[in-house]
Amino acid sequence: MINEIISMKGYGLYVWSSFFFTLASFFSLYLLTKLELLKEQKKYILKFGSLSEEKIEIAKDQKINKEILLNNSITKI
Amino acid sequence: MFKLLKPGKIFEISSKLTKYIFILFIIVLSIGLTEALILSPEDYKQSHSVRIMYVHVPAAWMALGIFSVLAFLSLSIFIFKNKNFFLISKSLAPSGFIFSIIALVTGSIWGKPTWGTWWAWDARITSMLILALFYLIYLLSWKVIENKDRAIKISSLIAIIGAINIPIIKFSVNWWNTLHQGQSIKILSDSTIHSSMLLPLFIMTAAFALFSLLIFLMKFNTEMIRIKNKGLDRL
Repeated sequence: MINEIISMKGYGLYVWSSFFFTLASFFSLYLLTKLELLKEQKKYILKFGSLSEEKIEIAKDQKINKEILLNNSITKI
Repeated sequence: MFKLLKPGKIFEISSKLTKYIFILFIIVLSIGLTEALILSPEDYKQSHSVRIMYVHVPAAWMALGIFSVLAFLSLSIFIFKNKNFFLISKSLAPSGFIFSIIALVTGSIWGKPTWGTWWAWDARITSMLILALFYLIYLLSWKVIENKDRAIKISSLIAIIGAINIPIIKFSVNWWNTLHQGQSIKILSDSTIHSSMLLPLFIMTAAFALFSLLIFLMKFNTEMIRIKNKGLDRL
């Protein structure tokens, strides 16, 4: 049964390499996108931390800044 | 409608949705792979090589669909003068590019046992290669052009010009005598594929769509944080 699934009557190499290429492409794109997101988040947090208290208050008034800080841990899939 | 397309609103939704989309993608992909590789029957003519169709066809559909959206949004940038659309287009392009590459590579792998060759300069395959090149040029335009306004204009033009290729890909099998097989799945009439093969095809398409959504949301968040990073400098 397992041998049949692997060999697929001689087509196994073609079928498995197609699926492997697809999954490898998915994984690579996911990893690149995730790393890019984490890099930007890290940069943002560092920059946010270096702001004066007055500027932090102004920044916090913008909803989107709050969202970025709040979702920093959520997006770490 | 435009209120929903505001970057702030999309960021709020996308930040919350990402992890659920990821979980859903893994579940749908697992079911799709089981159906495609184990449960679905072999074809009476193509034998097990038909299974390649379960990654090749959804990838081609997604690549075409995403580029159509890119072209529509790019046209909207010029018509409505709403530059927020560029964020959506820019975030959609990477997954579209990957899908076009997957369609080309898996098509080539399928071609070897079926046609006896890895590649043929056939109308469908060549037009699909052109689509991948348009994706590449679109993505490169964002990397190369430093002025944001110029990058928006040029990348939008690339997407609009590239859209001419979409009907060529779609109808190439009807307009020319191609090595590539004709359309098997039709919206307006009966499909020539058995339901036992349609099921894994649709599940894999759903998985690919979820993957595209996942990458779109992550890319969109990255772009938004990048913009907000620059905003912090101006405080």
